[in-house]
Amino acid sequence: MMSATDLKQATLEYALRLGDDSVVLGHRISEWVSNGPFLEEDIALGNVALDYIGRARMFYGYAAELAGDGRTEDDFAYMRDAREYKNLLINELPKGDFAYTQVRQLLVDAFNTGFLAELVKSKDATLAAIAAKASKETRYHLRRSREWVLRLGDGTEESHQRAQTAVDALWGYTFEMFELDELEQQLVDAGIAVDTTRLKAQWEVEIKAILSEATLEIPAGDWAVRGGRVGYHTENLGHLLTDMQSVYRAYPGCQW
Amino acid sequence: MSMDPEKNFMRKIEAEEKIEPKDWMPDAYRKNLIRQIQQHAHSEVIGMQPEGNWITRAPSLRRKAVLLSKVQDEAGHGLYLYSSAETLGISRAEMIEALQTGAAKYASIFNYPTQTWGDIGAIGWLVDGAAIVNQVSLQRTSYGPYARGMIRICKEESFHQRQGYELMIALAHGSAEQKKMAQDSLNRFYWPALMMFGPHDSESAHSAKSMEWKIKRETNDDLRQKFIDQTVPQIEYLGLEHPDKELKWNEERGHYDHGDLDWDEFYNVINGNGHCNRQRIEHHVKAHEEGAWVRDAITAYNEKKSAKKSRHAA
Repeated sequence: MMSATDLKQATLEYALRLGDDSVVLGHRISEWVSNGPFLEEDIALGNVALDYIGRARMFYGYAAELAGDGRTEDDFAYMRDAREYKNLLINELPKGDFAYTQVRQLLVDAFNTGFLAELVKSKDATLAAIAAKASKETRYHLRRSREWVLRLGDGTEESHQRAQTAVDALWGYTFEMFELDELEQQLVDAGIAVDTTRLKAQWEVEIKAILSEATLEIPAGDWAVRGGRVGYHTENLGHLLTDMQSVYRAYPGCQW
Repeated sequence: MSMDPEKNFMRKIEAEEKIEPKDWMPDAYRKNLIRQIQQHAHSEVIGMQPEGNWITRAPSLRRKAVLLSKVQDEAGHGLYLYSSAETLGISRAEMIEALQTGAAKYASIFNYPTQTWGDIGAIGWLVDGAAIVNQVSLQRTSYGPYARGMIRICKEESFHQRQGYELMIALAHGSAEQKKMAQDSLNRFYWPALMMFGPHDSESAHSAKSMEWKIKRETNDDLRQKFIDQTVPQIEYLGLEHPDKELKWNEERGHYDHGDLDWDEFYNVINGNGHCNRQRIEHHVKAHEEGAWVRDAITAYNEKKSAKKSRHAA
C-alpha cells in the first residue's frame, strides 16, 4: 500500500501524463488550421484540437491543485522540457499528410474510447469527472476518424496507398499505449488509474474490423518504439515544445 | 398582370423589403453583390492565416483555446458567406478559383504580417472592431441571405473583438516589455484598420450604386469616423499612446478630427507590395492542391457506395 502522500504524488504525476498526451496531440491537430483539404475540415479539426487543449487544461489544472505550491496549468505546459514530458510517443509524431493524421486519430481515438470509459470509474472523483466530459468528445472523434479511414482506405488508389503507409508507420507506436510502469501499476492497484493492458484485446478487434472494412492491411508488427512515459522521446517533441513555449519563456513571470 | 420587374425591385428596395434569391434583380445588382460577398468570404478565410500563425505559440493554454475557437469561427463565417454568394448563382469552386487567380480580392489588411503575440490582440480589437462597424450596418443590407448572415456573424465578431481587447489589456497592464509589445502592435495595425473601410467616398468605385441599391447602408467615411471615435477611449483605457498625433475632438462636428491616411501606402500594399500578398495566396493554393487527393477519395468512396447500393436494389 502507498502512503497518502505518495498516492497524491503519483496521482499528480498521472494527471500530468494525461495532460501531456492531450496538449501534445492538440498541438499537432491545431497545425491543420488553414491547411485542411477544405474549409469544413479546418473547422472540424479545429474542434478536435480544441477538445484536446481543453482536456489538457483540466488535467494540468488538477495537477496544479494537487501540487498546491502555486504552480498553474501553464507552468506545467510551458516550463517543463522534453525530458519531463511523459506523453505517449504516438501523440508527438508530426502531423504528416491527411491520411497520417486521420489514421493516428483512429488509433488514438479507439484507445481513448476504452480508456476513458474505464477512467470514469476511477476512485479519484476529479479524474472520473474529467473522463466523463472527455468521453463524450472522444465518441464523436472516433466516429469522424473511423469514417475518414474508411473513405481514404477504400477511396482512390492514391488515398489507399497513403492510408496504408500511415498505418505501417504508426503501428509500432501503439504498443506502449497498453503497457504500465510501476507508478501506473500502483495507481491501478489503488483503483485510480486505468489498467491499459486490459484494453488491448478489445482495441485490436475494433481496429482490425475498421482497417479490414477500409481494405487496409494490419502490419506484421515486428517493430515497436517505447519510452514516452519515462520521457524518452523522439526528436519531434523538442521542436514542438520550442515552438509552443517560445513566447511564454521569452518573457518570464508575465501574465497573458 | 405583372408589374415591371425593375420597378418592383426598386419598390422593394425603397420599402426596405429584402431581396431574396429567387426574386428578379438587375444583373449589375447581382454582380455587385457576388463581388462584395465573395470578397468578404475570402477575407474570413485568408484571415485565418495571420491568426493561425500564432496558435501553436499562444502563451497560455487559455489564450490558445480562445484563439483556436476564434479562428474556427472565421472559417465558419467563410462558409456562411460562400453559401450566401452561392444563392446568387456562383459556385464555391468558382470563387476559390477567382481567389487563387487574383480575380477576386480579400481584405488587404491580411497582407500585413503578424510579427508578435501583440498582433493577435490588435487584430481582434482593431481589425475585427473595424469589421463589426461595417457589418453592423450590413445587417440592414437589401439582400436577404447576406443580411441574415451578417446578424449571425456580428454576434461572434463582437466576442472576437472583446477577446482581442482583453488580450491587449493584459499586455498594456503587464510588464514594461508587454506594454511595449502592445504599443508596437497598435502602431502597426491602427492605420491599416482605418483603411479597411475603403477609399474616401469620392474615390470609391462601387459606392454610389451600392448605396442606391442599399447593399451598402453607410458611406466609407462615415463608418470610418464611427470607428475612430469609438477607439479613442479604448486606447486611453489601455494607457497607450494614440498613433494619430493630429487627433483632436471637434466640438462642432461631435467627432474627432484625424490625421490624413497614407493612401499611397494602402495602394502600395493592395497592388502587391505587402509582406504577405504572395504568401497568403500560395498558402491557400498549396493547402487546396494538397487536399485534392482527399477530395477525390471522398468522391470515389461515395461512388463505390452508391454503386453497391444500386446493385443491392436491382
